[in-house]
Amino acid sequence: MSTGEDVLFWVLAPLMVLAALGLLFARKAVHAAVCVVFVMISLAVMYIAQDAPFLGVVQIVVYTGAVMMLFLFVLMLVGVDASDSLVETIRGQRWIGVLLGLGLGAVLGGVVAQATFPPAVGLASPDEENPVTLARVLFGDYVFAMEVVGVLLVTAAVAALVLTHRRSLEPRVGQKETADAKVAALPSGGRLTPLPAPGVYARNNAMDTPALDASGRPIPESVSRILRIRGQERSATAILAAEHEVLADHEPTRHRDRRDDDAHPDRVTRTTDEEA
Amino acid sequence: MLQGAQLLAAEVSTDVPSPIGLAPLVILLPLVGAAVLLLAGRRSDRWGHWLGLAASVGAFVVGVVLLVGLLGQDAEARAYDQHLFDWIPAGTLDVSAGLRVDPLSVTFVLLVTFVGSLIHLYSVAYMEHDDDRRRFFAYLNLFVAAMLVLVLADSYLLLFVGWEGVGLASYLLIGFWYRERKNAVAAKKAFIMNRVGDIGLIVALMLMLANFGGVDFATVHAQAPAASTGITTAIGLMLLLAACGKSAQVPLQAWLGDAMAGPTPVSALIHAATMVTAGVYLVVRSAPVFEAAPDAQLVVVIVGAVTLVFGAIVGSAKDDIKKALAASTMSQIGYMILAAGLGPIGYAFAIFHLVTHGFFKAGLFLGAGSVMHGMDDQVDMRRFGGLSRYMKVTFVTFGLGWLAILGVPPFSGFWSKDKIIEAAFVPVDGQEWRAWVFGTVALVGAGITAYYMSRLFFMTFTGRRRWNDGSGSLDGTGPQDGPVRHPHESPALMTAPMVVLAVGSVALGGLLAWGDTFVTWLEPVTGHAEHGEPVLPAWLLIVLTLVLVLAGIALAWRQYTVQAVPVVAPHGNALTRAARRDLYQDDVNENLVMLPGQVVTRTLVHADREVVDGAWTGLAGTLGLLGDRWRRAQTGYVRSYAATMLGGLIVIVVVALALAS
Amino acid sequence: MELTHYVVLSCILFAIGATTVLLRRNAIIVFMGVELMLNAANLAFVTFARMHGDPHGQVIAFFVMTVAAAEVVVGLAIIVAIFRTRRTASVDDANLLKN
Repeated sequence: MSTGEDVLFWVLAPLMVLAALGLLFARKAVHAAVCVVFVMISLAVMYIAQDAPFLGVVQIVVYTGAVMMLFLFVLMLVGVDASDSLVETIRGQRWIGVLLGLGLGAVLGGVVAQATFPPAVGLASPDEENPVTLARVLFGDYVFAMEVVGVLLVTAAVAALVLTHRRSLEPRVGQKETADAKVAALPSGGRLTPLPAPGVYARNNAMDTPALDASGRPIPESVSRILRIRGQERSATAILAAEHEVLADHEPTRHRDRRDDDAHPDRVTRTTDEEA
Repeated sequence: MLQGAQLLAAEVSTDVPSPIGLAPLVILLPLVGAAVLLLAGRRSDRWGHWLGLAASVGAFVVGVVLLVGLLGQDAEARAYDQHLFDWIPAGTLDVSAGLRVDPLSVTFVLLVTFVGSLIHLYSVAYMEHDDDRRRFFAYLNLFVAAMLVLVLADSYLLLFVGWEGVGLASYLLIGFWYRERKNAVAAKKAFIMNRVGDIGLIVALMLMLANFGGVDFATVHAQAPAASTGITTAIGLMLLLAACGKSAQVPLQAWLGDAMAGPTPVSALIHAATMVTAGVYLVVRSAPVFEAAPDAQLVVVIVGAVTLVFGAIVGSAKDDIKKALAASTMSQIGYMILAAGLGPIGYAFAIFHLVTHGFFKAGLFLGAGSVMHGMDDQVDMRRFGGLSRYMKVTFVTFGLGWLAILGVPPFSGFWSKDKIIEAAFVPVDGQEWRAWVFGTVALVGAGITAYYMSRLFFMTFTGRRRWNDGSGSLDGTGPQDGPVRHPHESPALMTAPMVVLAVGSVALGGLLAWGDTFVTWLEPVTGHAEHGEPVLPAWLLIVLTLVLVLAGIALAWRQYTVQAVPVVAPHGNALTRAARRDLYQDDVNENLVMLPGQVVTRTLVHADREVVDGAWTGLAGTLGLLGDRWRRAQTGYVRSYAATMLGGLIVIVVVALALAS
Repeated sequence: MELTHYVVLSCILFAIGATTVLLRRNAIIVFMGVELMLNAANLAFVTFARMHGDPHGQVIAFFVMTVAAAEVVVGLAIIVAIFRTRRTASVDDANLLKN
């Protein structure tokens, strides 16, 4: 009613119509969904402008936030990439659709245009907030309907569960079945215990360096299979040689004690022998 | 109106003295016989025929009792209506069943039962080798019972019951050997042509009911003289139509020849002596109606005259002995119908001729059956010849019947037929042309009758034999090809009835004519007729008749005894060939009646199937088609349904707006 | 400021949402069109509430929002279930009621 509202309306309304047409004409479903989101948010703004702030917020929270997100999730399930071809398959449906749509718009618009509306009263009231007014009506006149709607929502949730429930086609594989399968796979080279957590037996951080088990042997599975196939796995000797080189480069001037003698290359050789 | 005749001399009384009260027994005996024989079935095969014979003879005995009872009454009182039971009490139509016992009906009762009993006896031997003999007797009894109902009825409706009954019995008996297809076809033909005639009787009944309020003789005959000529003429013509159907008169005569497919006793009883005479009975019984309708009477006379000539011409060309006799029957009944149409002067002679004809024609038929029996059921007369030597009794009885039918004095036919010819020459209503025309026709008919009956007789019994006697002789006395025949006389049970009938053929006429006994006897029914003068003197007529008869005999003698009869029928002239085909009666019937009828039925069936049914199936088909079209709106696509819904929504909104503004 | 403008905007958005339902094949986009229609209705309700000074309009809009949320939950679950079995999210493929 005020000019601010006028401006709001005349800015939003064409955009809303365009967005709605976007829904009609969008090829990809996700685009259409985004257009609808735009329409709904605009509507929420309009509600707020029309003395219905509670409804406007609910529109954003419930409708846009929940319902449209639900749409987007399902789109994701169904196929985000799937695009509709715009070729019409039912004969004459396009013309009928356009005709009826235009006709409906014309009829409804005509009805509204020639109806005489009383001057607007407005709902802004200084006494109580809009939600309180709504609450009075809701829990007063429409309490029964509200309860029923609650039941409806519960039913809808249950329905969604039931409808999307998938029956398992194979018998359930539980702990016992898994253990039995592991034992049965032992002769063919299966392992009974689960693999150790990553890093338990690692010697260093490199991906191509194998870990050593308790007896000092390298574990092949600790290196990625692809690296093994490519032959890029490093042997332990090569690793230690490299380490030694680095340490030798950066060897600090300090007294050699027995522990350093312990770090004699012979030891490593021994290890290498053992490794060989 | 009435001309030169008086009303019934006898008042019909309903108070029935005791011997006459036995009348129902006449009907009941053969009826019970038929019922027993039909229901007992094969169990009664051994004794069934004797039961049938006994029932028939019993009826005859009761008939004699009735005769005696009537004779014991005064002439004026000899007419009784005996009430049996209330039959159809339906408001206006209140018909009760009853019996009329008067000289006319008793005459018929005696004729039917006497000749019937003789034929029953004959059939015992004739049908001896037939497994279905018991069924035959059951049907014969049924026929006798129905015929007696017909002649004893006191109302046209009860008469109609008997009428239908004899039609049924005729059908059953013509098609007795039903396994032969042609017999069944002949039976069906007879029944259907009878049915056409029955339409006449039904319409007459309706007219009587509408105009006279009742259908019993008493009511109708009392009111007929006073009714309008149109009504009485209509009733008369309808009754004539019925009579034509039953008595094989033109135009409903085509069935009689084919009816010979039944066993010979059937031909003798039904199609010679009794059933075919029912038409004459009907006309004579309805005398008061015809008296009140002179035009109908003229038509009756014309029908009689035409049939008389028709039958004579056809009979002259037939080689089948039974069919020739059938044509003869048709012709002789033509004489009776002609006499009945002449009015009171003719009624008595019609009945007289009917009685004498019953005897000699039955005798001739039984003789023909005897000949067939001896010749292994051969009917072609061209294969007979010279049988007089081998079947003497048959030859003699047949010969006596032959002389009787020719009207040679003093045999019985002379007394009846010559009186008819004389009556034909009497001008009715002062119209001389009628006397000349019909009298001449009757006279000439007598000549032709003599010719063809003599032809029949000579071809069968005289001349050279034209059959193979197996003797192998090459002396030219007969052909040596064809099956070997051993003609022999028939057993006693067959020849005895033939002898009795021959005696009747000889003597009965003279006996009844002596002192006008018969005419006087019938007067309570026919009324006393004033004697009219024929246009030619009576003695001249007798002479002329005899001359023509002798000419006919001579011609036949020359052609069939002196000259050799060819075994294969010669080509013949156009008339002969036409006569062999019954003067194309079947072709006429087929083209005039059958084909149009078939066209009509076929059209109706087509219309019913295509138009009426087609409309409904078309409707169903259209609905199916529409449904199929609209089914395509169910595309299965949610979006097109959504479009439909949206469209509907817009329409509703617009309508709501329009209504609101 | 004519409140009619808001209502007209609501009508336009509603019509566009309806057209989306008719014309797009991807089930999720169709669903978004339905959400657009519901939001347009909400805008109308809120506008009328302001017009008449009656908070009932806003309450109804609130209920609409709640129900729409429930509907989205169930609808998307159905789409996911269909997608799992048929590997397609096109509404045209659910045409078993054809003819």
